[in-house]
Amino acid sequence: MINMKRRTFLKGSVAAGAMGAAMGAGLLTPRMVLAAWPSAAFEAKTVDSALDALMGSHALESSDKISIRAPDIAENGAVVPVSVTSSIPGTEAINIIAEKNAAPLTAAFKLGKGAEGFVSTRIKMGKTSSVIAVVKAGGKLYSTGKEVKVTIGGCGG
Amino acid sequence: MATIKIRAKLQGDVTTVKALIQHPMDTGQVKNKKTGKLIPAHFIQEVNCEHNGTNVMNALWGPAVSKNPYLSFKFKGAKAGDTLKLSWVDNKGESDSIETQVS
Repeated sequence: MINMKRRTFLKGSVAAGAMGAAMGAGLLTPRMVLAAWPSAAFEAKTVDSALDALMGSHALESSDKISIRAPDIAENGAVVPVSVTSSIPGTEAINIIAEKNAAPLTAAFKLGKGAEGFVSTRIKMGKTSSVIAVVKAGGKLYSTGKEVKVTIGGCGG
Repeated sequence: MATIKIRAKLQGDVTTVKALIQHPMDTGQVKNKKTGKLIPAHFIQEVNCEHNGTNVMNALWGPAVSKNPYLSFKFKGAKAGDTLKLSWVDNKGESDSIETQVS
């Protein structure tokens, strides 16, 4: 009887130990928390989890009303010009995502009253990947993507 | 020294705003080549633009926006001479803002 209990106890502590290690690994990245800035979305490692954290959903509908202007080949990944135009009526937000960056979400633009569905900026890309524009309009998410070849990555040292 | 250069041009009824901000946009993943230590993250997190006091554009940025960021957007409803205010805040709490007139 006593022996049995000892077995259970050992099993339990091993399981708890494994979980502790997993949690420790997840918490190794230092983070700065600011009230308004959605750190979870910008630190997310996948496109889906970034969108879940930012928009509350990653259900995307692909749309041909969004166009991305970006180079086919970017020689310098540190500066990739990206312009997104959305002709979807009621465009409220445009998000720019570099799919294979360590943290894919790059920029999230919220458009106020009177703003046209257009934003342009320059982003860093670690390697060749698809640049995805996610547009929010009328409570739904629309997206389109464009492949950009990167010759020299712009995210590491 | 001002860190922002901005231009707002009215064409028809659409105003195109173009802005350049001086900022290192350090990702926190790059090592200083001399010391071998990581350069701490230092990047703009939020950019806001107001036209006559109403918000027309609010951008949330991650560290993957390029160094010395460029930003452009368009909006309707402004007249020549209207005031446009652009401001930014970074992850260290530093900030700057500029006002310009629509031309």
